[in-house]
Amino acid sequence: MKYETVIGLEVHVQLATKSKIFCGCSTEFGAPPNSHTCPVCLGLPGALPVLNEEVMNLAIKVALALNCSVSKIMKFDRKNYYYPDLPKNFQISQYDMPLASDGYLEIETSGGLKKIGVKRAHLEEDAGKLIHDEAKRFSLVDLNRTGIPLLEVVSEPEISAPEEAYQYLINLKAILQYLDVSDCNMEEGSLRCDANVSIRPEGQKSLGNKVEIKNMNSFKGVKAALEYDIDRQISLAEKGERISQETRLWNSQKSVTISMRSKEEAHDYRYFPEPDLVPFEVEKKRIDGIKNTLPELPNAKRERFQSEYQLSVYDASVLVSDKNMADYFEEAIKIDPKNPKTIANWMINDISAAASATNLSFNEVRIKLKSRYLVNMIKMIDSGLISGKIAKDILKVAIETGKSPYEIAKEKNLVQISGEDEIRKVARDVMAGNKKSVADYREGKKQSFTFLVGQAMKVTKGKANPKLLNKILEEELQKGDA
Amino acid sequence: MDLYKLTAHQLKELYHSKKISSAETVDSIMSRIDSVEKNVKAFVLVNRNAKDQAKTLDGNGRLAGIPVLVKDNICVKDEETTCASKILEGFKPPYDATVVLKLKKEGALLLGKSNMDEFAFGSSCETSCYGPTKNPWNLDTIPGGSSGGSAAAVAADETILAIGSDTGGSIRQPAALCGVVGMKPTYGRVSRYGLIAFASSLDQIGPITKDVHDAALLMNVIAGYDPYDSTSADLPVPDYTKSLVKNVKGLKIGIPKEYFIDGMDKEVEKYVWDAIKLLKSLGAEYEEVSLPHTDYAVSCYYIIGPSEASSNLARFDGVQYGRRSKGANSIIEMYINTRSEGFGDEAKRRIVLGTYALSSGYYEAYYLRAMKVRTKIKEDFDKVFKKYDCIITPTSPSAAFKIGEKSDDPLAMYLSDIFTISANLSGMPAISVPCGFTKSGLPIGLQILGKPFDEELLFRVAYTYEQRTDWHNWKPKL
Repeated sequence: MKYETVIGLEVHVQLATKSKIFCGCSTEFGAPPNSHTCPVCLGLPGALPVLNEEVMNLAIKVALALNCSVSKIMKFDRKNYYYPDLPKNFQISQYDMPLASDGYLEIETSGGLKKIGVKRAHLEEDAGKLIHDEAKRFSLVDLNRTGIPLLEVVSEPEISAPEEAYQYLINLKAILQYLDVSDCNMEEGSLRCDANVSIRPEGQKSLGNKVEIKNMNSFKGVKAALEYDIDRQISLAEKGERISQETRLWNSQKSVTISMRSKEEAHDYRYFPEPDLVPFEVEKKRIDGIKNTLPELPNAKRERFQSEYQLSVYDASVLVSDKNMADYFEEAIKIDPKNPKTIANWMINDISAAASATNLSFNEVRIKLKSRYLVNMIKMIDSGLISGKIAKDILKVAIETGKSPYEIAKEKNLVQISGEDEIRKVARDVMAGNKKSVADYREGKKQSFTFLVGQAMKVTKGKANPKLLNKILEEELQKGDA
Repeated sequence: MDLYKLTAHQLKELYHSKKISSAETVDSIMSRIDSVEKNVKAFVLVNRNAKDQAKTLDGNGRLAGIPVLVKDNICVKDEETTCASKILEGFKPPYDATVVLKLKKEGALLLGKSNMDEFAFGSSCETSCYGPTKNPWNLDTIPGGSSGGSAAAVAADETILAIGSDTGGSIRQPAALCGVVGMKPTYGRVSRYGLIAFASSLDQIGPITKDVHDAALLMNVIAGYDPYDSTSADLPVPDYTKSLVKNVKGLKIGIPKEYFIDGMDKEVEKYVWDAIKLLKSLGAEYEEVSLPHTDYAVSCYYIIGPSEASSNLARFDGVQYGRRSKGANSIIEMYINTRSEGFGDEAKRRIVLGTYALSSGYYEAYYLRAMKVRTKIKEDFDKVFKKYDCIITPTSPSAAFKIGEKSDDPLAMYLSDIFTISANLSGMPAISVPCGFTKSGLPIGLQILGKPFDEELLFRVAYTYEQRTDWHNWKPKL
């Protein structure tokens, strides 16, 4: 039997405000434990929450960018459950009136653009961090993170493959980055994703039992976890076994999902309106004001890149998927408007590869290899000063050191040999040292030519201008007097 | 002169004319505490440093040198604040409640913390982990609750002023039962920041004092917008002492028929009617009005209050502060043991009630329904207030009852709040003033209810009545 997959994603986005959602404490990452706390975020008796307006503004920004309608009333609820990282033993969240609802996000699939519905996005406060020490048989609680503002973005179950889920996350991250509302740093927890996945025989209308997967710490991890669990679910179905509705944890070391709790153990959160925060109207003026500040978003930018610079969908999509990359591209284009395709190629292939090889983000690369450096390097290739092959090496050094390609080329003596006399001397030396090959060539074995070019490159350490070398070597071989 | 017997406004005059010093007042109060506190048990903590603090005062604040007693559910920095519950034993808040900050800023001398029903759950002060406070008028009876310690201390002249909190009558009912003045301000008038919440949408801090003038003085200090409390109202605060005028001419009083029912205490009924007639003789008019949803108020309150309480009290888990049960083998066991040992019966009863009412499958039938009824109750009052300036009722259906009389009958206990609950559900202000004594010598209270944020009218009516009567000058024999 053929199965189809139904996936929904819940993404927790940490909004990049300076202070927490309900108090004035700093949101800075990495401070000593419990140093960014006050009676409010410690949940001390008598302390009361006050909404940080900036949190609401950033969330509205996201809502608009995800084509959502913004709730006219701002209302908070309490989600009650006991856990030591939650000092009040309830979380202030939004239940029946989320800040945003009914939006969508577009992703590229093999079948073209696809709209994935965004069911809702709501505000809530983050919990603290537990540090377990099994040997000592106690746990430590760090409440710095308590009260950090989160926006939970919940998709409709309209994602039909792990790859689509991956694309959804990439695009969501790009939008958040464009809006400048979140650091989107998964390691620091400023972006977290849970996935709901079920399978059903192709054509069946009703949904299968839903499995919730948690604990993925990268987009690739989300994809891998989904792939694993879909396989697991299908093989259970094929054996005629029941897929139980449960929460599973992704173990990235073992690349498996492990059952955490079943539906029967699910919490009753006893939601009710947060009486300490009175619901208030979100004025249209505020929403309109925010609407006017929205920047060009990835999809619009991609379309513009395609039409303005004649880039392919693929090239344009890659460039806009990271705002730093798109900005870099446009900086470079400003300096050198004639070469969009060449600039795009260098960025998509070589710079990206160098970045991932050195584990740097594009933003970090960008600081080292300034856009004008790339433009200059392309000019050096065009003018024959360096070869394309050497340029690739120079690029790596530039990204490591932050030096300009020209400086590197000079320092390392990598500037191409384009002097005719010099190259002619090299050609003659190589011919003198490889008489057999020369004879073979003259007898018609044309592949010997490639060998001789190779030898000449070896002598010049790859610096010989290839066009010139070819031309001169051919001339010398024609002469026949060697 | 027995300074402890004076009111705040009398002391202020004496300070002003430099006839006495605040240190002398503290001495007088402390000796009074030493002689009567063993019988009354109004305090859970006495601040023995008050005299030193009095000496350092510059005398400039609006309450400079005036002793104030604060209920034990209001945070005072570095002073043990327990809500009269074992679960908070040893808890010293690292911050002051907004009300406490305001009192300190105005030079008030904090005398200590007053006893209360555990977490303000009760109408008799019997559920305190420290044991019951006694009514100074009859030590075998309860002082009312939950702010029983504050009311008893004021009645016993163990403090000049006191602060209480009122969720369903917890200021007004003990004030009535102890023969003193108590006001629940409009919801949002006084900041709740630092008040350990019972039911956030009902709680309000207010004054308990010897007379109406003192209540106005205290309100002048504690009322006002607080950016740390989202539910506090951003409205200007009038000078309430300006309302202390004897004038009720043309005042339209509504007398709700639902509050005067067959079988109610005859003495209470008589004295409340005497008060109404007195106001009429001074130029006020009264008419019977109807508040048709009154019957549902108690049920509504006992859904909303416990629901919010069940969530507010979830934080007392032994993790960060207060009591932690030792020897647990898991976090769940620690929670269960801590809460089982730390909470008293009434707290447990309300937590269970609230947890049940909020549970999935019951939420619509209980909490949501109660919220709808709450709106109906508020509409009843809004309608009456379109035609009338205030509503007058008894504060409590009876005078103080015997200690232990209702402790095994929660329902009977809950019914003692029957006249006070609606003000919390609707948010409006209400004041209780003494209006008589039973034959057995127990005080009776008159409740005046007003429009939201119209505390001024309540002060005017209460003051006019008080100035024509003598009840507030009666003192218990201790």
